[in-house]
Amino acid sequence: MRRLWNLYLRPRTVPEALRAIHEAPQPAAFIAGGTDLLLDIETGRHPRPHTLVDVTDVDELQALEVRGDRLFVGAAVPVARVAASPLVRTHAQALAEACALIAGPQVRNLATLGGNVAHALPAADGTIALVALDAQAEVASPRGRRRVPLETLFLGPGRSALGHDELLVGFYLPLARPGQASAFRRVMRPQGVALPILNAAVWLRREGDRVADVGIAMGPSGPVPRRLRATEAALRGHALTPERVAAAKEALLREARFRTSKFRASETYRRLLAGVLLEEALQTAWARAGTA
Amino acid sequence: MTSSPEFREITLTVNGREHRVRIAPGETLAYLLRERLGLTGTKIGCEEAECGACTVEVDGEPVVSCIFPAEKAHGRHVLTIEGLARDENGHLVLHPLQQAFVEHGAVQCGFCIPGQIMTAHALLRHNPEPSREDIRHALKDTLCRCGGYPSIESAIQAAARALREGTPVPRPEIPPSIRAGRVVGRPRPRPDAVDKVTGRAIFTDDLKFPGMLYARVLRAEVPHGILRGLDVSQARQMPGVHAVLTAEDLPAARTHGLIVSDWPILVGVGERIRYVGDALAIVAADTPDRAEEALAAIRVDIEELPPLTDPVQALQPDAPRLHEGGNLLKHIKVRKGDVEAGFAQADVVLEHTFHTPIYEHAFLEPECSIAVPQPDGSMYVYVGSQIPYADRRQVAAALGLPEEKVRIVGQHMGGGFGGKEDIAGQIHAALLAQATGRPVKLLFSRRESMMVHPKRHATQIRVRIGAKKDGRLVAVQTELYGDTGAYASLGEKVMTRATTHSAGPYEVPHVKADCYAVYTNNPPAGAFRGFGVTQSAFAIESMMDMLAHALGMDPVEIRRKNALREGSVTSTGQVLREGVGLLECIEKVEAEMRRLSDGQDPFRPRRVPGKPHLVRAWGFAVAFKNTGLGGGAPDQSTVEVELLPEGVLEVRTSAAELGQGLVAVLQLIAAEETGLGPDRVRVLVMDTGRTPDGGPTTASRQTAVTGNAARLAAQGLLKAVQAWASEYYDCPPEAVAFRGDALVAGDRTVALPHLVQAMRDAGLEPRTRFTYHAPETRPLGQPGDMHFAFSFAAQAAEVEVNTRTGEVRVLRVISANDVGMAVNPLGLKGQIEGGVAMGIGTALTERFIVENGRVVTDRLARYRIPSIVHMPEEVHPIVVEHPARGGPYGAKGVGEIVSIPTAPAITNAIYHAVGVRVDRLPVDQEVLLLALTTR
Ligand SMILES: Cc1cc2nc3c(=O)[nH]c(=O)nc-3n(C[C@@H](O)[C@@H](O)[C@H](O)COP(=O)(O)OP(=O)(O)OC[C@H]3O[C@@H](n4cnc5c(N)ncnc54)[C@H](O)[C@@H]3O)c2cc1C
Ligand code: FES
Ligand code: FES
Repeated sequence: MRRLWNLYLRPRTVPEALRAIHEAPQPAAFIAGGTDLLLDIETGRHPRPHTLVDVTDVDELQALEVRGDRLFVGAAVPVARVAASPLVRTHAQALAEACALIAGPQVRNLATLGGNVAHALPAADGTIALVALDAQAEVASPRGRRRVPLETLFLGPGRSALGHDELLVGFYLPLARPGQASAFRRVMRPQGVALPILNAAVWLRREGDRVADVGIAMGPSGPVPRRLRATEAALRGHALTPERVAAAKEALLREARFRTSKFRASETYRRLLAGVLLEEALQTAWARAGTA
Repeated sequence: MTSSPEFREITLTVNGREHRVRIAPGETLAYLLRERLGLTGTKIGCEEAECGACTVEVDGEPVVSCIFPAEKAHGRHVLTIEGLARDENGHLVLHPLQQAFVEHGAVQCGFCIPGQIMTAHALLRHNPEPSREDIRHALKDTLCRCGGYPSIESAIQAAARALREGTPVPRPEIPPSIRAGRVVGRPRPRPDAVDKVTGRAIFTDDLKFPGMLYARVLRAEVPHGILRGLDVSQARQMPGVHAVLTAEDLPAARTHGLIVSDWPILVGVGERIRYVGDALAIVAADTPDRAEEALAAIRVDIEELPPLTDPVQALQPDAPRLHEGGNLLKHIKVRKGDVEAGFAQADVVLEHTFHTPIYEHAFLEPECSIAVPQPDGSMYVYVGSQIPYADRRQVAAALGLPEEKVRIVGQHMGGGFGGKEDIAGQIHAALLAQATGRPVKLLFSRRESMMVHPKRHATQIRVRIGAKKDGRLVAVQTELYGDTGAYASLGEKVMTRATTHSAGPYEVPHVKADCYAVYTNNPPAGAFRGFGVTQSAFAIESMMDMLAHALGMDPVEIRRKNALREGSVTSTGQVLREGVGLLECIEKVEAEMRRLSDGQDPFRPRRVPGKPHLVRAWGFAVAFKNTGLGGGAPDQSTVEVELLPEGVLEVRTSAAELGQGLVAVLQLIAAEETGLGPDRVRVLVMDTGRTPDGGPTTASRQTAVTGNAARLAAQGLLKAVQAWASEYYDCPPEAVAFRGDALVAGDRTVALPHLVQAMRDAGLEPRTRFTYHAPETRPLGQPGDMHFAFSFAAQAAEVEVNTRTGEVRVLRVISANDVGMAVNPLGLKGQIEGGVAMGIGTALTERFIVENGRVVTDRLARYRIPSIVHMPEEVHPIVVEHPARGGPYGAKGVGEIVSIPTAPAITNAIYHAVGVRVDRLPVDQEVLLLALTTR
């Protein structure tokens, strides 16, 4: 056994957690499931902390409920619960699908959505779904609470914009109304790391044969998870005809910045897959919206 | 780094019992369970949340305990494998899942089994009637390298039914051998299965000794260089550090090796570093952490040299010489007829080059050795090893002790597959134990395991093949370059097998094969299930399909036409007199494949209705594999059987149980021969202090060689008992026999303890020992039999290629294997499933990456072994039994043949589906898609 930390704290409330991260012997870091963090510490990608502040006992971060016109998913809700939640399946199917694809149950019961976002990988499955679903994140810090669009939380691959003392409390998602649906799709490689070669999440609002509104995210399509707005624009307000889909694919290839990841996938391969994934996720969401 | 641990006390409930435990900071739940509570049923395979072996339930949900902070378990309820079975009045009552795993043969090496059962337990809690998809979804990341996934699946379903209906666990239907005896050839759970499903089975890392120290090894981490300086003075001063040893401290031998002693135990200053895993210094400290810190305090000065990373490059005249004798370990030649004359007669000649990469065994149990010095100056080494007597020889040489002063005490082994034949930590642990006078444990981290132990040879194979218009082969020429890495290990033997099998299981009049086994600065390569034949079978079986295509022939037909049969002469000039079941394997697989294809040509692409981008087709491949060492090597095994006072027949041999099921085979044989019930037979293996030499557990030889020794030893014992008892009880010897758990002599029934006592009183030990010598073989190049038996196989695989993404799925596999005789049909089923699983890994999931001599794939997260989701919907096993004259009841090797044809069957199927020929393993979906789109 390797010793990866010296002090482990389990606060019960947000203020306690914020105090702990501030006052505990430094360096200190938040930990949720540890499925990214502990392996990062072990391999030296993350500096070895003195204190770990476990956020999974904070009730507020464990909530999963409808709040007003939004669905709230606590940052420390394990992705297993997200995947199985009828609420999430109803309002954010892409998110449920993404979370169901993460690892096996013994990891899914630990891994959290907050950790998935805070780890800031450009192709994290849960994160990509949240981005397409236009999620907002609630962030707590000693300076107060704020609610921000998810996209603002990322600086670069593996680099979160969250400050060291900033805690993700949870995510707010719009409730699905009739005609709205989402879908998630990814391609893995059987060899090598458990990161998708490419994933895609699509949310849309369907009015008759028209795409009234749409949100699209794909990872990795750049250094940070983000919406593909030009691709969305190519679809928004139009009927979903083969020509429109083709136009969206073209926009996608112009807009996204696919790159080669060594041992994983070449840019060329990703470009070939991008259109396929976009179309498959789009068609699935479209069909679902028709019955929603 | 701060190292004053502030202990904390936590309270948790484990398996219904409340515990207050003092834990150190940084502890994981797995550590707490194993080290503080002694619940070693929870296994650690990776410590990276990747394998699932450490799965336990916390508050009813499964979690990986290897990354679960112990502090987080405070106030929680934990359920481990030890908490499933019940004790009813001193009687062990297994949980239905445990019972089902035992009955369905889902248990092989057993290392993954606690994790499998706990994951399944949690699944059934939520879902009492899981579908196959539910099971696959739940077990997706609970890896089993023995690959018994189909049996695991059926066990879970059986247990679910038993739980739902409150009925006993339904048994699987497994046909007996066509030559079944009273017990041999009939399905029966293996004797160690119950221990393995309850977590009671002890693997090396589960052992603890008073005063035990923890060792770590400083690795070079540089593929090629000269060690210029090594300063261990600071490390030696550190508190808690008991010994730091370098090459200067070696008391005796400086190198080890199974055949060639070319592997430095520790690289000395001024000496050459040949790969990243070379050991420079070893440390023993009172905790693993302290040992690690000591490593960090050692100062190393290495002059780095450019690494040789490719065998062809290493044979260039200007390449640096890695070993004194140069870089060519061996040039292996096979000659039959006149190959050029053969090609001159051919109507078609094809030539192609194939590449197979390094493969990693990825047994789920990382290497672990514990050396324990004895008061009389001898040394015990506890280790799971495939060749205990070779360990003994090498450890003794390193310690400077006579061999009798070293005892290898084998433990349950969590998989081997050839990767536990060489020395791993045995010598280092023993040196440290000798230096400190205390027990020393050396457990490899997963990274170390992946970096250090010998792998499968990466091989480049050029095949030239000539045939007549009707498909009859006239000439095959092959040229192989095998990358044996830094050290010889078993490289010469492995590449010899690759070469002699490189023309496939076909009768070819003219054969010329040349193989160069070459040293490089890559990790060493040695034995790996298939022993070189995996590589050459991929090449020749791909080539046979290309030939069939060129001739417009059916892929099955061309194989049938050329298949070895009784009377055939192999490439090495051996006349096959009996036991050649290849044609039957081909026919049975073909019939099943055509049946499943509903009368359509199985080799024609079929689009999935409604999803035209998914294209399916079948592929076919065959193989053969020698049983036994062969090539003139004396191949013998000794077995001792003894009736013990407690009324048990003990069968003793040093042969190794790595999960393959040898203990079950020996149990059945001894029971069969004596007439005792199998439950009266106990098998003890792998202990050089108590078991005679069974020879190496390699080359699929143990069922045949040690099986025979057990058969003859048991017969000898029966005869001795009959002779004595007929006099003592005054009846004819024919009237003396064992029946179940007693001896019957005339009209008397004698309990076994009585019998033992009576014989001992008469001054007789009820014990016999038999050394069986396998039929003599001849070295390559000399006339006569190179091997005393061969196993044969045919497989068909149906794949589905996604032409939009390049993704490949294996849908169904049919696997027929001529194993001579199925001594243990339940175990054979597991071997067949595991062979297919491993073959799928070879074809699709496993890619070991070494870049400039450095191992990139140094964790399970980077090197993917097949999971249950990669398994086909169906593995259809077919057992073919063409007995070998020498084998017990005709049995021959099983362990390797079952895995060899899978990869080429898959790549041939890909070709039939989409017309892309894969000539480089593993299949790369990206390359496949690019080939599809640029056409
Ligand atoms: C075997 C395996 C397979 C996997 N497969 C996939 C996959 O297919 N797809 C995928 O996307 N991911 C996958 N993952 C990664 C996935 O488990 C993680 O991304 C997970 O979601 C991270 O959550 P966590 O709770 O474990 O985070 P942790 O490891 O605890 O934390 C990660 C980071 O987030 C920070 N953090 C955590 N919670 C908060 C918070 N509330 N506020 C602020 N900062 C916080 C931590 O300080 C740390 O920097 C896999 C992991 C494993 C081990
Ligand atoms: S040991 Fe925990 S997942 Fe492998
Ligand atoms: S039985 Fe599963 S790893 Fe051996």
